[in-house]
Amino acid sequence: MIALAQAGRDLRVAFRSRGEAAHPLAFFALAATLFGLGLGSDLETLGRVAVVAIWVIALLSCMLAAESLFRRDFEDGTLEQMLLHGRPVFLAVLGKLAAHWCVSGLPLVLFAPLAGFMLQASAPALPVLALSLLIGTPTLTTVGAVAAALTAGLGRGGLLVALIALPLYVPVLVFGAGASVVAASGSSALPQLLWLLAMLAAAVTFAPFAVGFALRLSQEY
Amino acid sequence: MSRLGAFVHRLGSPRWFFDMTKPWLRALAVIGIALLIIGTVWGLVFAPEDYQQGNSFRIIYVHVPTAHLAEALYLAMGVAGVVLLVWRMKLADMFIAVTAPVGMAITGVALLTGAIWGKPTWGAWWVWDARTTSVLVLFFLYLGLMALREAIPGRERAGRAVAVLAIVGTVNVPIIKYSVDWWLTLHQPSSFSLTEQPTMPVEMWLPLLVNVVGFYCFVVAVVLAGLRNEILERESDTVWVRDWLRRAQSGSGS
Repeated sequence: MIALAQAGRDLRVAFRSRGEAAHPLAFFALAATLFGLGLGSDLETLGRVAVVAIWVIALLSCMLAAESLFRRDFEDGTLEQMLLHGRPVFLAVLGKLAAHWCVSGLPLVLFAPLAGFMLQASAPALPVLALSLLIGTPTLTTVGAVAAALTAGLGRGGLLVALIALPLYVPVLVFGAGASVVAASGSSALPQLLWLLAMLAAAVTFAPFAVGFALRLSQEY
Repeated sequence: MSRLGAFVHRLGSPRWFFDMTKPWLRALAVIGIALLIIGTVWGLVFAPEDYQQGNSFRIIYVHVPTAHLAEALYLAMGVAGVVLLVWRMKLADMFIAVTAPVGMAITGVALLTGAIWGKPTWGAWWVWDARTTSVLVLFFLYLGLMALREAIPGRERAGRAVAVLAIVGTVNVPIIKYSVDWWLTLHQPSSFSLTEQPTMPVEMWLPLLVNVVGFYCFVVAVVLAGLRNEILERESDTVWVRDWLRRAQSGSGS
């Protein structure tokens, strides 16, 4: 209940500032364009690295989006209310993450096949690319939220969040990009996708505790 | 209270720890440096050549102990993080603060010696081999830990935030290790044939053992020395530190 209320509230806030909500997708499209431009003269190489490039770009996009996850709530005191209302912070964090992923992660999943197509990725890899992003990006959002919560209210999140989150992203990249590469070469990507699912289950179960704890710390001076 | 319980309870007092570790520090430093000299000279000069890699294998006498320590120190920080968050033990926070730069330096040495060894053996300074990659990620984990501590104002808050990150990192270290392992061995198994070392004769692994123990003693001594400094600094407004300083200045400080 509290999770749904939190998610609904965050989605309403996101809907009212639609321009801002489009930033992750715009970043994703731009970075993919740069990649296409850089390697555009060599279509064969481009096609081979496309799925990995898209995964790396999606990862960076999720990290950048997660960075500002708590900023506004911290500044206007909403965060303090969330921690004070006496109901499990775990659930509120979960709702917040779900809403955030719907705004910043889901568009990437939907757009990725098109980006893959434009970057000359092989056709059989595209559905697996989208599926691996669908399972992988919530993990990225959740782990990124831990980094964002640890740096909440410090005023200089950006690079610090990257320093903290990127090493933790390595396994997701390995299995996500791995699934797409394996699919491109024509074999089954099921093991990698199952690993991604396992990591998602673990991240959603444990990370909200770390996020809640870190957010409480951010209220101390 | 059991003997162990009493020991843990006393650990909560930085002063007790400071007084107790003085002889330990000296002993560990002496033993560590002695073992390192013996093991290194033995390994570099007297141990037999490897029949496949020739003399270049000798770098393992530095590489293997540092690579071990790189992971062990991170794990120790994760454990200290749990201790800090559960029992609020100040010493655990100091331990993390002191260990992070030491661990990062050790990880750097492991990476560097790995690269130096890779050049004659694999023909390249850097290979995206499973182990090198996971150690590189470990290096970045240390870096993030130190950056976070620097960024947060307030010692106590910074300490607990760093503890959370150390725990999250410790949980991730095995996942990173196995995922990278699995990924890279799947894709380029051929470049690995050389890393499978032949079973070593005793003359080869005995100096290695000496160096591993030596490195552990030495690093523990370094961490202890750092901890003692940290204790003096953080407790600098207490009576016992001022007394200790007065005695140290008059020449009989111990």
